[in-house]
This record gives sequence, structure tokens and C-alpha cells, in this order.
Amino acid sequence: MSRKQNLADRMKLPWKRMPFGGIMLEAGSSVEYRTGDWRITEKPVIDQKKCVHCLLCWIFCPDVAIVRSEKQLNVDYTYCKGCGICAVECPVHAIIMVEEKK
Amino acid sequence: MTLHIVKKEYIRSETPSLSHVKDSSTRVQNGSVTMKNQEVVGFNGDEAVAYAVKQSDVNVIAAYPITPQTIIVERLSEYVADGDIDSEFVCVESEHSALSACIGASLTGARVFTATASQGLALMHEVLYATSGLRCPIVMAVVNRALSAPINIHNDRSDMMGSRDCGWVQIYAENSQEVYDWIIQAFRISEHQNIQLPIAVNLDGFVISHSMENVYVLPNKDVKKFLPPRKTRYKIDPTHPISFGGLFLQDYYYELKRQQEEALRQTSKILDQVGKEYYKISGREYGSLEVCGMEDADVAILCMGSTAGTVRSVLRKLRADGKKVGLIKLWLYRPFPIDELFSVIENLKALVVMDMALSFGAPFGALCSDVASILQIKKKDLKIFNVIYGLGGRDITPSEIEDIFNDALEIAKTGIVKDYVKFVGVRE
Repeated sequence: MSRKQNLADRMKLPWKRMPFGGIMLEAGSSVEYRTGDWRITEKPVIDQKKCVHCLLCWIFCPDVAIVRSEKQLNVDYTYCKGCGICAVECPVHAIIMVEEKK
Repeated sequence: MTLHIVKKEYIRSETPSLSHVKDSSTRVQNGSVTMKNQEVVGFNGDEAVAYAVKQSDVNVIAAYPITPQTIIVERLSEYVADGDIDSEFVCVESEHSALSACIGASLTGARVFTATASQGLALMHEVLYATSGLRCPIVMAVVNRALSAPINIHNDRSDMMGSRDCGWVQIYAENSQEVYDWIIQAFRISEHQNIQLPIAVNLDGFVISHSMENVYVLPNKDVKKFLPPRKTRYKIDPTHPISFGGLFLQDYYYELKRQQEEALRQTSKILDQVGKEYYKISGREYGSLEVCGMEDADVAILCMGSTAGTVRSVLRKLRADGKKVGLIKLWLYRPFPIDELFSVIENLKALVVMDMALSFGAPFGALCSDVASILQIKKKDLKIFNVIYGLGGRDITPSEIEDIFNDALEIAKTGIVKDYVKFVGVRE
């Protein structure tokens, strides 16, 4: 059983079968909490041509949703809440908030 | 299901001042238990607490001194400083921090003790709920004292009654001997794997906490055998990381609270089991409640703590006059021993419930509200009235209790209750 399924199953547990005292038996389970669901209207998009790799967005992101790779920075939309801090902090205006189509 | 009710005889024993000790030794003569190994020590209530904690091999103590609990903290810090016990004594800056430190220690699997009173308990209030919610089996001695304002250091139970819905098991002791016995049993009960809840052992400020009495203490090895080191399935352990105290919203919170309520309700069963085991090593019998003269009583007083001693002595006098009076002493206030109480009040005509705390604006004091609400279920015809007494350390005298008994006998005869709440001992 994958971790994701495991959590989903626990969601439905009746009180007698819930882990004792609200203990979470697996470490690091917050990874399973997809905060990307919180985004309402806009998502940040990085213009890779303008980006100077200063990493300010990576520092400021409160949800560790800016992912570094060898060549460029990307946004992990699974966890990005769409707060827009990265777009405000970017000194070269490489990040803009774009309306999301639902 | 057979209910365990502890009965005490009302026929006066030979040494009135040591009635509880005498009672224990009569049981010895009956042949079941030997008390030979037990030493008699002069302890006040606070010292009895500290000594019981010393024998219980506690790992961590975090407590902040407050009158009338101070002696407990003083003795325990002496024990630790002298190397008598191998415990970590955490000096904290407030009661809020004391209980918070206790939670952290308890989650690592340690046996933990703390003690407080009055304003200290009020300051702990939010942490009390965290302790029971996190299912930390912490034992706390609460030396009952009035709450401010006006400031007062003497005994009433407004402190614990103000926190009665905090999910803790709440026990009230009558004298130093009971305090000693309950502290030792409390560790066993709270650490039971089906319970895992904190226990507050209440003792009346000054009346018990500062009154020297003879206390029978068990040999260390007996306590060690009765109370093996704490075992817990889940604890904070870097090699097996798990999370405690997460955020639980609409989808989880209710289930966890239901779980907690079930654990609390099971406590009276476990308490009886532990009480039976404790009887085997000590010769002293404990349970949810103790009755005296309830076999044929027409009227009875229901009370908790040190008041029961005064009521019992009045009861003996009235029994000698041929009046059919009884006493119900609650040891266990939370979870409320509903079935046990029903089983002893079957033939009763009038019941007086004595509250040593006000519940402002409520129909009755807190204890009487509980009793009245459960009588509604099974015994609507029982006449009941509430006595508020002893606020801020005001003494309750034997003559006042005699008047209360006589009022109850009058009600039993006429069936008319004039005042549902009586303020006894206040200057009119």
C-alpha cells in the first residue's frame, strides 16, 4: 500500500481504530499534505529567460515550493499555495502571477 | 457486573483519633493481611505525598511551589539533592511551564510527577487539557485552596472544580494515609495501557496538607513490586520517529475526544482492579466510593475529602441515638461513579450533597449538579438538597453537620424540601 493510500484510508477510520491519542505513526507525513489545493486564483510562473538565479524566491518561499535543479528554478505546484511572495521578492521581475484556469 | 463498594463500620473503634489506622489493624486481625512490615511515620499530607512519590521511582519532577503545596516541592527537592531518589528535578518559572515540562518528559516514556494548588492550577488550565489530550499519564497532587479574589490561602475546592472538565481522573483523599495510598495507586492506574490519562490526587489545603497524622508506609520493595517501571508502546524516540500533538480539524478531532472519553470512563474499572491488588500488599481497601451505615440509612450525606471524617464522627453519635443516617464518601469524582452510587442509594429517602465550592449562578454546586442529574435518570423520588460550606477555609463543625442530618431526617419524614441550596456556616 502506498503512503498516499494509507493516509486516505486513515481518513475514514472510526474512533475505536484511530491511532491512540492522535499519534502519527509515520515520520514526515506532512509531505502527504498537498497544500497546492489551497491556491485560489493565481499561480506563479517563472520566466526562465529573465531569471538570474539569485535564489531569493527559493529563500522566501514559505512552503519550500521552489525547486532547484542544475539549470533552472521551478515551482512545485503540488505544494505552492499561490501566496505570491516570490513574485514580489524577485528583483528582476522574472516571476509573475498568472490566472489559473480551473 | 458486581460493583465494588468499600464499607466502613460506624461502631466506634477504641482509639477515636486514629480511627483509620485502627480500622486497618482490625482487618489485620481478621487474618487476611499482615501489617508487620509497615512502618508508622508521622506525616502531614504534603509529606505523605512526597514520601509516596519518593517510593514510586519517579523519573522527572517539575513543580513550582505554592501554598499550601510548598512542602511537597521542598521535600522532593531535598530527596533529589540528597541523592535519595534518582529523579530529574526541573526548576521552572511558573505552573504553566511546570506542567508543560511534565508533558515533554512524559512523552519520552518517563514516569512524571507534579503538584500545585489554587492559582497555580488556574495558571495551568490550558496545559491540563493538553495533558489529557496527549494521553500523558502524569500524576499531580492538587492541594485544594480557594481562588482569588479576595486572596485567600485556605481550603476550598474552587480550584479543582473550576478545572473539572479537563479530562483528568480526579481523586479526593480524606487524610494523610489516603493521600499516601492514592499517590502510589495513581501511578498504576494512569499508566495502565488502556487508560494513559493524567490523575489529579486532591487533598484539602492545611486540613490535610499541614496536619500531622500517623501514616502506615509500605516497605520500598513492596512498592517497587507493585509499581514496576513505566512501559509505553509509543514514545518520543529518535530511532523510531513518530509525531505527537498534530493539528486535528473537523475530520479527526471529534474521534479523538470520543476515544479520550472512553478511556476516562474505563478508569473506574481499572481503579477497582488496582485497589484490590493494593489491598493485598497494604491491608487498606480502596475503590470509587466508601460508604458508612448505608445498609439501612434513611438519609445520607454525600461528600468528598476531609469533610467525610467529621461527618463520620457525627454519624456515629447519631447512630448511637438510633437515627438512621449514612455517609457516602466519593473518592473518585471523575469519572463519576454512577453505577456505584445508584447501588448504595436504593432505599434512601433524602440525600444531602455537600459542595466546598460555589458554581456561580448554577442551580447547585458542581457535585450536587452531577448527582441531581443522574438521579433524574433512575431515582426521581429521592429528595435531595445541596449544602455549600467551607469557602475560603471556613470550618464545618460537627454541630452544623448534625443540623444538616436533622434537616434531612425532617425532609425524609415530610417529603418537603424548602431550600434546595443551603449556605452553611455563613454569617447571616
